[in-house]
Amino acid sequence: MGMTTAEKIFAGHLVDEPFPGAKVLRLDVVMCHEITTPIAIADLVSRGKDRVFDTAKIKAVIDHVTPSKDSKTATQAKILRDWARRHKIPDFFDVGANGVCHALFPEKGFIRPGYTIIMGDSHTCTHGAFGAFAAGVGTTDLEVGILKGVCAFRAPETIRINLNGTLPRGVYAKDVILYIIGQLGVNGATDRVMEFRGPVVDAMSMESRMTLTNMAIEAGGTSGICMPDRVTVDYLWPFIQGDFPSKEAAVGEYRKWWSDEDAAYDKVYDFDLSGLEPMVTFGYKPDQVRTVTEMAGTPIDQVYLGSCTNGRLEDLRIAAEMLKGRKIAPTVRAILSPATPKIFQHALKEGLIEIFMEAGFCVTNPTCGACLGMSTGVLAEGEVCAATTNRNFQGRMGKGGMVHLLSPASSAAAAIEGRIADPRKYLP
Amino acid sequence: MKTFGGPVLFLDRDDINTDEIIPARYLTEITKQDLKPYILEDLKLPGFDPVGEVTRRAKVIVTRANFGCGSSREHAPWVLEVNGITVVVAESFARIFRQNMFNCGMAAVELPKSAIDAIFSFQGCADAAISLDLATQSLTISGGGKEETFAFEMAPFDKALVMAGGWVDYADGKY
Repeated sequence: MGMTTAEKIFAGHLVDEPFPGAKVLRLDVVMCHEITTPIAIADLVSRGKDRVFDTAKIKAVIDHVTPSKDSKTATQAKILRDWARRHKIPDFFDVGANGVCHALFPEKGFIRPGYTIIMGDSHTCTHGAFGAFAAGVGTTDLEVGILKGVCAFRAPETIRINLNGTLPRGVYAKDVILYIIGQLGVNGATDRVMEFRGPVVDAMSMESRMTLTNMAIEAGGTSGICMPDRVTVDYLWPFIQGDFPSKEAAVGEYRKWWSDEDAAYDKVYDFDLSGLEPMVTFGYKPDQVRTVTEMAGTPIDQVYLGSCTNGRLEDLRIAAEMLKGRKIAPTVRAILSPATPKIFQHALKEGLIEIFMEAGFCVTNPTCGACLGMSTGVLAEGEVCAATTNRNFQGRMGKGGMVHLLSPASSAAAAIEGRIADPRKYLP
Repeated sequence: MKTFGGPVLFLDRDDINTDEIIPARYLTEITKQDLKPYILEDLKLPGFDPVGEVTRRAKVIVTRANFGCGSSREHAPWVLEVNGITVVVAESFARIFRQNMFNCGMAAVELPKSAIDAIFSFQGCADAAISLDLATQSLTISGGGKEETFAFEMAPFDKALVMAGGWVDYADGKY
């Protein structure tokens, strides 16, 4: 019997199996941000164990509320900053160099196929786009990860999701993942790895694949996973070119992480996406999904383009193309938060930021901020936001506020019309 | 090991998420105790009052499927614990929340829908209380002069974490 990607990674990282089915894995990367790490640090200090297992394998960033908005968030940032300095953690990203963790860390080349990765953040599943096992964990798992470089998981069962056909014009990775979550339900992949396969994934950029894997958790999935291929190698090449004689050699080497053809899956889904339409959520759960056509005309107060789901350069380019020469509706405010400084700089150089600002967007620094209702775009009671983010829970972007999740293209259309609107009519 | 059992808070809905258990706006608190006033603040359910007497007295939550979905925030089990709730009984849990419960030495008890339905039949009893016996893996609900007992499964590793008082103590001695 063959093995899935997740099973291969587990087999290669197994440290202990204290009880049948409980797998303690060695970790390749432990990521930290300022919201969930400070209590882990405090606990380690109080136990007299203020140590880290390997400074090179720890990556830390202040990203959720940055620059700090008040004394409490400044204190959280300071705890993380002081800790990173105290332990001489080389990859610590502070104000000016910081961006949304799940966009920043891949961009820095920290992820490799076959890696095990944890972070005290549910959207850690994003990094599985590189053929890695990446899982969000709580503060206690993070604390043990920091101290010991291990984490326990149940044996990974995998759901294979074959994405067949070709995406129509105006339909993107975000529409695909919203559709999948709508089909599986918010509980449909709990305790499962979601493996995304097929021609639609093969044709996707790494940015698009990260949008897919990012929302695996919204179906309950432990990690999203894509097979590492030439696209993966092209993205990673600046960081791995010293390790391989050629890109072909890297593609060949990474092939070992692919699920075997005779691997056993818990479930297999086949979706033909050639007829897929732009999708948007309508309720307070990410599986409450309808087509944009069905939801067209729904009034909104704010548009938010950003986050670890859709704040990357590709997303900004798609929206800017549509907004060029246009203005946002007078009844909405629109906010763009490029996910990293590098994305921000590219967007400046390419003239995208000018397009957004001419259209009437407010452009903020890279931060998670508004996505979880913490800063730079919090909603008032009763307000509605069309957002390229990942979670539409009641009050997520502000107490009493409502969120419609959609693609960057659909967010641009919503900004232009001041209501949910079909992006296809604004495509160049 | 923590103590388990006592008055019950019934939350009759699937998919109660971490933002409802503890909204993100309170994640700027850096001690667990500071989270205490904000328990379940954004949860909207008929007859439920996050600052009411029933919530204040509860030691056990009984709820439906996929409890704790969403964020990885361990603030969710912490806000329960600082309010005296160390047991959640549900049809199913989201993975990270469930692991966080065990990692904190708290009990996440899964029971089939039929058993959860039977437990919810005690919802009208003002004196509804649950006792938990980890050794025999049985749960007893009492109220209104009635009593019913259910056996539950708990993975040996999860049980070991609960017995050890959490994952840090367990892992620290071992790895």
